[in-house]
Amino acid sequence: MIKTESFYDTPSPAGLTGIRAWLLTHDHKRLGLMYMWAILFWFVIAMLCGLLLRTELMSQGKTIMGPELYNSLFTLHGVIMVFLFVIPAIPAIFGNFFLPIQLGTDDVFFPRLNLFSWYLFMFGGLLALISLFSGEGFPDTGWTFYVPFSVEVNTNVSLTVMAAFTLGMSSMLTGLNFITTFHRMRDKQMGLMQIPLFTWSLYATAWVQILATPVISITLVLVVVERLFSVGLFDPDKGGDPILYQHLFWMYSHPAVYIMILPGMGVISEIIPVFSRKSIFGYKAIVWSSMGIAVAGSLVWAHHMYTSGMSDVSVFFFSLLTFLVAIPSAVKVFSWVATMYKGSIEMTPPLLLSLIFIYLFSIGGLTGLVLGAVGPDIHVHDTHFVVSHFHFVMFGGTGFAFFAALHFWWPKMFGIMYDFKKAYIGSILTAIGFLFHYIPMFILGMQGMPRRYYDYLPKYETGNFLAGFGAYLLCIGILIMFANLFMSFRQREPASSNPWGGTTLEWTVPSPPPLHNFVDKPQVMEFPYDFSEIAAQVKRGER
Amino acid sequence: MNNRIDKTGIKIGMWLFLYSEIILFGGLFVLYAVYFYKYPEFFSEGGKELNRVIGAANTIVLLVSSFTVAASITAIQRKAKKQAIAFLVFSILCGIIFLVNKYFEWGAKIHHDIYPNSETLVSGEPGLNIFFGLYYVITGLHGLHVIVGMTLLSISLILVMAGKVTESSYSMLENSGLYWHLVDLIWIFVFPLFYLVL
Repeated sequence: MIKTESFYDTPSPAGLTGIRAWLLTHDHKRLGLMYMWAILFWFVIAMLCGLLLRTELMSQGKTIMGPELYNSLFTLHGVIMVFLFVIPAIPAIFGNFFLPIQLGTDDVFFPRLNLFSWYLFMFGGLLALISLFSGEGFPDTGWTFYVPFSVEVNTNVSLTVMAAFTLGMSSMLTGLNFITTFHRMRDKQMGLMQIPLFTWSLYATAWVQILATPVISITLVLVVVERLFSVGLFDPDKGGDPILYQHLFWMYSHPAVYIMILPGMGVISEIIPVFSRKSIFGYKAIVWSSMGIAVAGSLVWAHHMYTSGMSDVSVFFFSLLTFLVAIPSAVKVFSWVATMYKGSIEMTPPLLLSLIFIYLFSIGGLTGLVLGAVGPDIHVHDTHFVVSHFHFVMFGGTGFAFFAALHFWWPKMFGIMYDFKKAYIGSILTAIGFLFHYIPMFILGMQGMPRRYYDYLPKYETGNFLAGFGAYLLCIGILIMFANLFMSFRQREPASSNPWGGTTLEWTVPSPPPLHNFVDKPQVMEFPYDFSEIAAQVKRGER
Repeated sequence: MNNRIDKTGIKIGMWLFLYSEIILFGGLFVLYAVYFYKYPEFFSEGGKELNRVIGAANTIVLLVSSFTVAASITAIQRKAKKQAIAFLVFSILCGIIFLVNKYFEWGAKIHHDIYPNSETLVSGEPGLNIFFGLYYVITGLHGLHVIVGMTLLSISLILVMAGKVTESSYSMLENSGLYWHLVDLIWIFVFPLFYLVL
C-alpha cells in the first residue's frame, strides 16, 4: 500500500499547529480521540467512587466513611457514569471516528457543530466539578434528582442539574449530526441495506437522542426553576404532583437506557461476523430490531414507577410494553449466536469481550423481565436486585461493548497493535470480578436489602463482602486492560490496514486513516458482510 | 473531497433541531394537560384574569413578524437587499413590541401579587397557583426563545448588510427565519391554552 500521511500529521483546518490543531479541529477522528481521553478520565473517577462505596459496604457499620459522604459518592458515581461515560462513550468516541468512514465519506455533515458538541461536553463536565465544591457539601440526591429532595436540599443541585442539561445538549447535537450525515453524506453507491450495522445502530440511537433528550432538558430546567422561584409545580402543598416529575424524568431516562445499549449492540454486530469469517445472520432483522427497540423503548418509562402509585390499567399497559422490548433484543442475541454457528472462529480479545457481552447482557435482559413483571417487581423494587440488573445491562452490556470496541478499533485508530495475552488476562479478570461483584447483589436483593442504604442487617454481610471482593478484582482487571492498551504506545508494533480481516469500509483505509479518510474512491460492497474475499485470502495462506 | 454546499442537509439539521425544541415545550404541555385535567375550574378562572387584549395583540404581532421574515427571505432570493433589510428590521421590532407587551402584562400581574411563591398564590387555591405557575414558566421560556430568535435575526441582519447573505447562499437567514417561525408556532399554542381557556 502507498504510504499516506495519517490524520495525526495533517491538521484540519490546515495551518494549525501544536495543541491548537487539536482544540480547534474539525476532523471527526481527532474529536473522537479527544472524547476518548475525556471519557476515560471520567470513567476512572466514577469507577473509583464505586470502589469506595463497595469498600464501605464490605463490613457492617462505619468502615471508611460517614453516611453523608456515602450518599454523595453514589450520586457522583451515578451522575458521572450515566451522563459522562455510558451515554456518550460509544457514540462520541467510536461513532465520531467510524461513522463517516463506514459511510464512505470524509467527515460528519456539521464539523464545526461537532467541535461545539465536544466543548459542550467538556463544559458540562466542568460544571459538574464546580457543583461539587460550591454548595454545602457534595450533592447527594442520587442521579435521578427526585423531587422534593432535589428542590429542598442545600447542596448545589442547580449546577449539577445544569451540567446534566449541557451534557444532554451535547449528545443531542451529536445525534443530529449523525442523522444528517447518514442521509446526506453517505456514499452514493451505498443503499440503505448496505450500511454497516454499527452505523445503523448509531442512527437508531441518534433518533432516540433527539426524541427523548429535550424531555430531560425541560425536566432539569424545571428543577432549577423550582429551586430559584419555588413555583410549586411538583409540590403537593401548592397543588403540584411529585409523581409527575418521575414521569417526566423517566420519559427521557428510560429511552436513555437504549441510547446506552444500542451502540453497544452495534459494536457486537460488527465484531462477531469478522471473527466468525461468516456473514452476519439476519442483517435486516438486526436493522429492524434496532429501530424496533428505539420505538418500543420510548414507550415503557413508567415501569420504573410501579410502586409510585399508578392505576392498575397503566401498570398493566407498561408491563406489557416492557415485555415487548425483550423481543427485538432477543432477535439480536440469537442473530449473533447464529452467526457464529458453523463459522470459522478466530479467538481474539475483541471477540472474547463480545462473548462476555452476550452472556452478561442476556442475564441483564432476563432479570429485566423479572422487574418488568408487576408481581415480582413489587417484591424486589428498589433493592440490590435492581442495582445488579441494570449493572448487568449497562456495565456487562455497554461497558464490555465499549472495551470490545476499544480492542477492536485500537489498531485502526492508532495504527499499533497491543499484546493479546495481557488483554486476555485483563478481560477474564474483569469478567470474573464482575460476576463476583454483581451475582451476590441479586441474592441480597431477593433477600430484601434495599439499594442506596448506608448500613444493613448482619445477615447481608457475607453477600456484601463478596461483592466488595469482586469490585477489587473487577477494577484490577480493568486497569490491566487499560495498561496493556497504553503499553502499546511504547512498543509501537505496527498494525496493518486490516489486521482482523474485516469487510466494512474502515478496514480498506490505512491505519491510522489519512485526513480525508480515503486514499482512493471507496468501493462499496454489495453486502457489507461478504467474507468470500477474506476466506479466499485465508485459503491462499495470505492471512 | 466534498466541497459543494448541501442546502438540503443544512435544512434537515435545522428541522431536527426545531423538532427537539418542540419536544422541549412538549414536556411543559404535558404538565399543562395533566393539571388542566386535575383543576379544570381554576384553569378557566385563571384564564379569565389574563389580559386577552394584550394576548391577542401579541399574537397578531408575532404572526405579522413571521410573515415579514418569510418576505425578507423572498426578497433576498430576488436580490432586493434593501427590501430584505427593511423586512428584517421590522420583524425584530415586532419582537421588541412583543417583549414590551409581555413586560407590562407580567408587571401588572406581579403588581397584583400574582407571581411564583407570592403570598396570594401560596395561601390561595392550589389550582390557581399551578395555573399561574405554568403561565410564568411557559411564557417565560417562550420569552427566552423570543430573545434567542431576535438575536439570530439580528445576526442575519448584520450578515445581509455585510453582503455575506446573498441570493445564492442564504442558509443562515433561512434557518433564523425557521427558528422565528418556531417561536411563533409555540405561541399559537400558548395563547389559546392560557388566554382562551374555557
